This record gives sequence, structure tokens and C-alpha cells, in this order.
Amino acid sequence: MQNKEELLSIENLTIHYETDDGVVYALNDVSLSVKKGETLGLVGETGAGKTTLARGVLRLVPSPPGVIKNGKVMFGGTDLLSLNEVQMRAIRGSNISMIFQDPMTSLNPVMTVGQQIQEVVEAHNRRFSKEEVIKQAHAMLEMVGISADRSSEYPHQFSGGMKQRVIIAIALACNPQLLIADEPTTALDVTIQAQVLDMITALKDRLHTAMLLITHDLGVVAQNCDRVAIIYAGQIIEIGTLFDIFKHPLHPYTRGLLGSIPSLNKQVQRLSPIKGLMPDPTDLPAGCKFAPRCKYAIEACSAAEIDMHSINANHQVRCILAREEADDE
Amino acid sequence: MSETEKRKQRTLAAETWRRFKKNRLAFAGMIVLICLVLIALSTIVIDLVTDKAIYDAYVIKQNLRMRLQGPSKEHIFGLDEFGRDIFMRMIWAVRYSLFMGTIAIALSTIAGGLLGSLAGYYGKVTDNVIMRFMDVLLAIPSMLLATAIVAALGTSLTNVLIAIAISYVPTFARTVRASVLTIKDQEYIEAARALGASDSRILFKYILPNSMAPLIVQATLGVAGAILSIAGLSFLGLGIQPPTPEWGSMLSSARAYIREGWHITVIPGLGIMITILSLNVMGDGLRDALDPRLKK
Amino acid sequence: MAKYIVRRLVMMIPVLIGVTFIVFFIMSLTPGDPAAIILGDQASAETLALKRIELGLDKPLLVRYATYMGNLVKGDLGRSYRNQISVASQVWDKFPNTAILAIAGILVALLIGIPIGILSAKKQYTAMDNSAMVLSLVGVSMPNFWLGLLLSLFFALKLGWLPSQGMGRGFWPLLRSLILPALTLGTGAAATVVRMTRSSMLEVIRQDYISTARAKGITEKQITKKHMLKNALIPIVTAVGLQFGQLLGGAMLTETIFSWPGLGRLMVDSITSKDIPMVLGSVIFMAVMFSFVNLLVDILYAFLDPRIKSQYKRSPSRRGVDV
Repeated sequence: MQNKEELLSIENLTIHYETDDGVVYALNDVSLSVKKGETLGLVGETGAGKTTLARGVLRLVPSPPGVIKNGKVMFGGTDLLSLNEVQMRAIRGSNISMIFQDPMTSLNPVMTVGQQIQEVVEAHNRRFSKEEVIKQAHAMLEMVGISADRSSEYPHQFSGGMKQRVIIAIALACNPQLLIADEPTTALDVTIQAQVLDMITALKDRLHTAMLLITHDLGVVAQNCDRVAIIYAGQIIEIGTLFDIFKHPLHPYTRGLLGSIPSLNKQVQRLSPIKGLMPDPTDLPAGCKFAPRCKYAIEACSAAEIDMHSINANHQVRCILAREEADDE
Repeated sequence: MSETEKRKQRTLAAETWRRFKKNRLAFAGMIVLICLVLIALSTIVIDLVTDKAIYDAYVIKQNLRMRLQGPSKEHIFGLDEFGRDIFMRMIWAVRYSLFMGTIAIALSTIAGGLLGSLAGYYGKVTDNVIMRFMDVLLAIPSMLLATAIVAALGTSLTNVLIAIAISYVPTFARTVRASVLTIKDQEYIEAARALGASDSRILFKYILPNSMAPLIVQATLGVAGAILSIAGLSFLGLGIQPPTPEWGSMLSSARAYIREGWHITVIPGLGIMITILSLNVMGDGLRDALDPRLKK
Repeated sequence: MAKYIVRRLVMMIPVLIGVTFIVFFIMSLTPGDPAAIILGDQASAETLALKRIELGLDKPLLVRYATYMGNLVKGDLGRSYRNQISVASQVWDKFPNTAILAIAGILVALLIGIPIGILSAKKQYTAMDNSAMVLSLVGVSMPNFWLGLLLSLFFALKLGWLPSQGMGRGFWPLLRSLILPALTLGTGAAATVVRMTRSSMLEVIRQDYISTARAKGITEKQITKKHMLKNALIPIVTAVGLQFGQLLGGAMLTETIFSWPGLGRLMVDSITSKDIPMVLGSVIFMAVMFSFVNLLVDILYAFLDPRIKSQYKRSPSRRGVDV
């Protein structure tokens, strides 16, 4: 069931990787939604399943070994998982765009940046003449702050930050409704990070694009996101507005994450990391995946799979103790 | 101990061996190679023990009345143009190709490895001089170089060995140099130097052991190439001389009698191909097993 | 671009000098008396001595080398010991035949090798890939002279479809006589090209920019052509250049089997008759040709990879402020 404001609705998505060394349970029954024009942050550690989710939406999961076991990805009234490849291609780059993590390797080294932007414009605007395509490509370059004169230059002639801008230009060239950004600033210096994020936000507001921002950096989340989803071991364990998550975190993992950020105002003797490691995705524990590391865990936590529980209209959490705590309030 | 923990505890060599074993083709190649080595060794032993009696009686002895007879129950590979038993000649031929190829490559590896390490480690002028020299050697196609050397110096076993060894030196020098360059800049080398280790100690204890992987792969493939070159030279009459059995020279004499029977043409070539195939398959398997990125 | 070419040409010169010196040095180690080869052993000691002086054999190595090089740049490679005809003219006469064979061999290698390599990479681990890999392994492991004999045995002698000897005159006879030798020479190279193409393509397929390209929604064909191939070709081109060297060496064997009147066969004959200037001239000529082929490959390489060209461009840097 889709809400009028909802743009993307992922329902019960389950993706596994079937390898020689065993099955990797990358995503297990993941559900979340992105509303029109909003930025949803997806936070998680490396290996939690963020990239698989991002690629899953656009059906870019390498298959073999990836297999979509279950679920629906509703976009504009259609289940993307039911479309054929030709139909998916019409969506990629024009309705939904994606930018990847490492700008240094995400551009084709033997094509000019201009050609790489023109390519996506051409693919989705068959009626455009060559001049119109080039014009649009130039316009996109200017929009990301690069002089259009440089469109005949090659990627190696640009710095990391500028490469990322080119990638953003490519992603937004056809005015997509949704932009999936997989850790767009992780590979960049902190100062460049800020500039790139500011630019993305400005463009997104101008073009009314929604964004699924994937990151492990809570600072980035705090500055850019409207809502936040926390993913752990292939499951969403908490989702809510920015305020909900940062001011009233309920899941012990979320609390741990926020608690482990070094603070400028508090005096502490030591950092407080979360003990232990995320479970091996080929060998997930039954019940709550975080229970082995959780200091509040009780027997019931590992007994059966835990469902998401709604605290209010926007805030949901997958934890029986948090549920009780909230019910008590 | 869970599977993951067990996996983390294996050493590099053990891990490489485990991955290599999983590759059934490469493993089969290794088995074939071991059989060939055993055959070669046993012929050496037999010759020593019988004072070459068997060699003279079966491998060289001519029997012109029965020449060019096809495969039969007594002579499973048939007889050649001098009436010699091809099967026995094939068995005795193994050691020349195999051992000469190995020795030539061993020499080449040592010389090339040394030059490559010096070039990579000391850099600048040393590097330039050594690599320019390697470029010169590489500019001459290896078969031509080997032929020229043998042509000039004569067709003895030693000369063939030298010729082939020299033609492979640049390949090994480059491989080792590339490894050394990568490792040289790693931090543990800096750490060793900070602790006062001498140049030669750093080279031998740290750099060389870590450069072994690509070198071993190249060496395996190099032996295959060397065997091919030896066979080629012998085919042209520039390598091992008859009546000593060698696959290439056997093929050469077969040329004149190509119409008389398929066995004299097909069988020696098959011998070369199986040997080289096993080596190539092993070399490929080693390369895959040593490359941490490759996953099936 | 011109700057790059000039630079490479200049770098080639010391290498060629080195090559000529090494080959000259090696050949000078040949035992035996050239004078006796030319005049026969019946000649008197004085005649032999005079001949040796005439050939300049009494002078030290470096002087002989210098004289040789001096003549080489004038196009004079000396005279054959066997028939007294100019080495240069014989080399020049036979070389085109070897060139035809070598080019045919490379064409076989590329036309068979690259498409199969690409398909193998795109359909990794399928039956097609596995059989291509097995076949190319066999191709690489097969001695090319054996293949030549087998092809000759089967297609020429048993079936009689193609000639087993010599080089035909006229367009169609030439083509017919070229088929078996070209296949013999080119199969090993084709197998190597298949493997190289496959591994280069696999390397490229894994790259991030392919994901970016997919996320654009362009067709698979476009991705293969503009993103994968263009990048994968770069190392392939280099490898093919090196294969040419193998081909030149293999030509000796192939030409012998098929009695192809080329430089390779001339060289083999010269070796058996201890005709030193002929061997020397042939080897040097082929090494020089090989170097030029590698130069061509380097230039092609610069065309394909804009990063190389950039290193040699001296245009004013239009790099903006670094952000």
C-alpha cells in the first residue's frame, strides 16, 4: 500500500549471495520508504548490507552470485522487481540515479567527462539532436561548478572532488526523482566532503529530488537527512525522523553508535565503542542479530525473530526491550 | 573452532596449497608432471645400474628390416625410420626435455632474479643500466637469440642450456624488479632499516621471500617455454643430436617419412604437448592460487 | 603526439646499437675459419691468410664491429660466405615473404582471439568459457611445428585440399598456399590472445566505472563497446606486439616445414652452412623489424589511452583551483 507522498517503498526485500563458501544473508526482510523530495539516511557499519540494498533497488546486484529471494520495490506504482531489463534500463539514470563510493575509479578513464554526461542524456532523450545533448551536458557541468570548457578533458585531469561533481552531474542530468548516493563522500577529504554535500543538497532542493543517502558517518547524517534508518546485519533495526533518532534513540545499537561519537563538549577518559563485532553474514544468529553484543539482552531476544514495532507514526524499532520501555512511557 | 576461525589461522603457503588443490585441472597437471619426473629419474637410474645396456639395446638399436612399422602389440607406439622402438625412445626422451628445461630456467631465474633485485632495489643508475640491457635482450625474439647462440657456439647440451637461459633472463629480471619496487616502499622495510638492517639483509630476508610468488609462476611457465624452445631447436637440427632421443628431433626426422605412418608424426608431438600442457596448467593454477583477489 | 613519437624513436637507437653489438659479438665467437669456408680447405695457407685479411678478420672485435656498423648504415651487410651475393639483397628479397606470413599469422590470431576472449569474459564460468579456456590452453601448449606437420599431413597429404609446400604465385594460389602456414603460425598466438583478452576484460568488468555506466541505463552493447573494450584493448595491444616477436621466431620453424621462401628458412639454411654474415644480417634485420613493430604498438597505445598522451602535452594547464 503506497502513501500518496511516498516515492519509493521497499517491502520485505531479501537478497542473498550464493557463493562456494556458503550463502551470505546480505539483506533479510528489509522494508523502508522514501518520500518525495526528502533525504533518507541509511546508516550502518561496513558489511551491514547498505550497498546491497542500494544496488537492489536498481537491480544492479551481480547475479550470480546474488539472488533476490523475496520482496517488492514499489516505485511510481510499479514493482521494480517485476520489470524486465529493457524497462529497468529506462528507469536507471532517468527516474532513479545512483552514485557510487569511490570517485577516483567511477569514471571511464578513456572517455571525456563531456562524453560521459552526454551518454546518459542521449540514452533517455532519443529525440534530442546532437546539439541539444551537448548543451544539456554543458549545462550540467556548470550546475556542479565546473566550467563547460573542460568538457573535452579526461577524468585523470580532475581532482577527486571535481570527479565526484562530474559523477553527480551524470546522475542528475536527466532530472531523476530519486538519487541513491552510496557513501558519496567517504573517499574525500573532510573539507571537500562538506562542499560536495552542500552542492548535492542545493541541487536536490532545486530539482526536487529525493535522496537515499547511505553512509556510516553520523555527522553527515545529522547535517543532511530528514529521516534516518539504521541497518544492522541485513535488517533495519530502527527508523525515524532525525530528531527521533538523535534525541530519542531506542535500539541499544543506535544508542551505542551515538554514544561512541567523540564529543567536543564532554570530558571523557576513554572512547566508548560497542563491544564485539557484527555477526558473520554467512552465519547469522537466530532472533535478534545484535543480542550477542547487547548488554541488555535477555533470553527472549534470541528465542525468535523480532518484528518492527511502531513507537509513533514515524518512529519504529526492532527490539522487545525498547518496545516495553516505550509502552511504559 | 568455527570455519571462519580455522580459515584465519592458515599460513600463506598452506592457504595457497589449499586453493591450488581445489583447482582440479592444475592438480591433475601436477600429478602428470610428477609422473614424468619419476619416469625421467627412473631412466637415469636404469642407465646407471645397467651401464646403459638397456639404452643401447632398445633405444638406439636399429632394426632396418622392420622400419616404420605401425603400433603393434610388441611395440605399442610402433617403430621409427631406423626401426627403433618409439615407445622406449619416448620414455628416454623425457629427461632431456624436462631436466634441461628446468636447469635452463633455474639458471635464468638466479641470474634474472639477481639483476632484477639489484635494479629494483638500488634504482636510478643501476636500474637504468640493467634494464636497458634487458631491453636489448628483449628486442631480439627469444627463439632467434637462442638460435644465434647455438649457431655460433655449436650444438652441445651446455650451449643449448646457455642459449635458452639467456633468452629468459629479461623476463625474470622484470618480474623480480616489479615485485621489489612494490615491496621496497612498504613500511616494514622502512622499519627494518630504522632498526639498522644492512642492504643485503633487507634484500634477502624481507624483499626476496615476498617476491617469490610471481617468480614461481613465471618460472613454471618458463620451463614450459624452455622445453618448447629446446624441441624447436632440435627440430631444426640445432639442439640435441640424434641418436639421442628427443621429441623435437624425432619430429624432424619424421618429416621425410610423413606419408609412411601417422605414428612417427603424432606421438612425439603428443609427448611435448602433454608435458607443456601440464606445466602451463600448473603455472596457471599457481597464479590463481597466489592471487588473493581471484575468487570462484 | 609528435613529441612522444620522436622520444620513442630516440630511445630506440641505443637499444638497436646494443642489439647489433650483442648479435655481432655472439656470431664472432663461432669457431672455424671463414676463409676456409669460402675458399675450401684445399686452398693454400697463404691464400687463406690473404682472404682473412681481406675479410678484416685480423682486426680486433671492436674495430670489426665499427666497420660492420659503418657499412650497415650504408645498407651493406657484407657478402654471404656461401654464394658471395650481398647479404642485404638476399635479406631484402626474402623478407617480404616472411612479412606476409607474419601478418597473416597476426590476423588469424586477432580475428579468432579477440572475439572469443570477449565472449569468454562476458560469459565467465559457462560451458562456452570453459571450453574456450581448455582449447586455448591446448593451443598455447602445442608446439607450432607439430601443428604444422599435422595440418600438412591432414589437409595437404591426406585430403589434398591445400598445397603443402612453397608460396604460390598470383592472388589465389598465394592465398591457398598461405592458409596452412598462417594457421600454424597464428594458432599459438591466437590462444595467447584469447587468454589475454579474457583476463583483460575480466579486469575491466570489475571496475567501478562499469557500475556507473550500468546505472545510467545504457544498453549492454554500448557498455561493452565504449566502456569495456576501449579499456581492455590497452594491455591487449601491448601483448600482441610482443607476440609478434614469437611469430618471427616461429617463422623459422613454419617456413622450414612448408618450404616457404622467407627469411626464416634462409636463416636456418645459413646456420647449417655456417654462413656467418647471412645469419648475422638476418637476425639483426628481424630484431630491428621487431623493434619497429613495438614502436608502432607504443604509438597505438598512446592513441588508446589519453593518460599517456597527457604526459607529453605541453599545453598550458587549464586545471582550475583544486577542489
